[in-house]
Amino acid sequence: MTLIQAVFVLFAILTLGAGLFTVLSRHLFHAVLYLILSLVGVAGLFVLLEAEFLAGVQVLIYIGAISILIIFAVMLTRGMARNPGPPLNNQSLAAAVIAGLFFVLLAPVIAGFPWPQATQGVPADAIEALGRSLVDPNQFALPFELASVMILAALIGAIFIAREKR
Amino acid sequence: MAPFLVEAAIKSLILVLLLLTGFAYLTLAERKLIADFQARIGPNRAGPYGLLQPLADAVKLFFKEDFIPEYADRVLFVLAPLITLIPTLLIFAVIPFGPELTLFGYRTRLQLTDVHVGVLYIVAVTSISVYGITLAGWASNNKYALLGGIRASAQMISYELAMGLAIVSVVLTTGTLQVSGIVEAQRNGWLIFLQPVAAVIFFITGLAEIKRAPFDLVEAEQELTAGYLTEYSSMKFALFFMSEYVKMIGFGALMTTFFLGGYLGPFVDLYPGLGVVYFTLKVGFLIFVLIWLRATLPRIRYDQLMSLGWKVLLPLSLANVMGTAVVVALTA
Repeated sequence: MTLIQAVFVLFAILTLGAGLFTVLSRHLFHAVLYLILSLVGVAGLFVLLEAEFLAGVQVLIYIGAISILIIFAVMLTRGMARNPGPPLNNQSLAAAVIAGLFFVLLAPVIAGFPWPQATQGVPADAIEALGRSLVDPNQFALPFELASVMILAALIGAIFIAREKR
Repeated sequence: MAPFLVEAAIKSLILVLLLLTGFAYLTLAERKLIADFQARIGPNRAGPYGLLQPLADAVKLFFKEDFIPEYADRVLFVLAPLITLIPTLLIFAVIPFGPELTLFGYRTRLQLTDVHVGVLYIVAVTSISVYGITLAGWASNNKYALLGGIRASAQMISYELAMGLAIVSVVLTTGTLQVSGIVEAQRNGWLIFLQPVAAVIFFITGLAEIKRAPFDLVEAEQELTAGYLTEYSSMKFALFFMSEYVKMIGFGALMTTFFLGGYLGPFVDLYPGLGVVYFTLKVGFLIFVLIWLRATLPRIRYDQLMSLGWKVLLPLSLANVMGTAVVVALTA
């Protein structure tokens, strides 16, 4: 096993283990923290794949922005932060069986898929290419603008809902 | 692989030692300067001119009782100071302290690592630092700590946006995400002259991010006792204290790198060692300004803080980014 593989296994265990604890944690606040740990693992995997840009964005958006909002929601909801309910309910067995079946269904597909092998490393101007493709009408300009409009609509909606009633 | 690791280990060690010393003497410098501003004498008992004061403080903190409240979340309570300190130290990994130079026949850069996406790295790491404070407030299981923690994280999140946009205008102007590239792009003129609005926004939001006066509402004693620090004592308190002061150095280093030409200065190409001197002088000046502001300005109110962040700085930084983009597109 090379060093890279060892690091990969480490991050994979971190990601999956923290994901498992996210589901099984008794305490909602701890579940959020495990979720963040899992996201850190994903960022580590991105670094391992030489996708530093994606790793940075992963940390900035998922860990720095979205998770902190979840933490606020948990902290500011009355009773939620201090109420450790049972992590499993009576549907857990059925859920486990269905998830297991789904895995059995997916595993051969994933194993048999002809994944493209990357021949060369990430090009040096990958970030510039990414930026240009987002504003190129022949590539992703339309989806990018549509996403922007959607986010703007959500922003305005949030302000409207949160505004003090006169 | 091995020589690279050795080099990185040596550089990290030097960096951590420098930051520890910097932190220790920054506490003394702040107390001395504030004393001067208020026409007092300041600490002068421990050693000549009070130079051993940081040591005395450290010894005192070591011997304090390390107390964990009974109903605190013990693991998180212990982890919170570390989670606050580590991102603070991580920022220094991408800051160039000087140009490339030859030391003992070995050519090296005075920078721990020069990632392509250095600026993104800085923004990402600063966005994590809010966790330590939130966790400290929550884990203490104390209403003052929780309110202080929430207040601190709300402040940091609000000012992060405008700060990020100020950095975006720097990136647009220099056309690179590499931190060393940003410094080198300032050879013909510091960015503070090209991007004065971004520089002012970065300075104000930086003050708010590191919770210095006039944005130190987190520690407003009259309202919150000591905020998220209420239940902390001994070395855990010292870790929080250390991260506050290291953040001051980090803020000075970032402001210097982005807007004041980093290590650049006259004759720096002839004598690369001068770069470190220029860098230290610029950071030192900025830290002096931070202490000066603390001695001068009163603390602002919470509603003023929020309306300044969301209604003034954010629109202003957005307009600045748009203006910069138009100018860059027209001149390209």
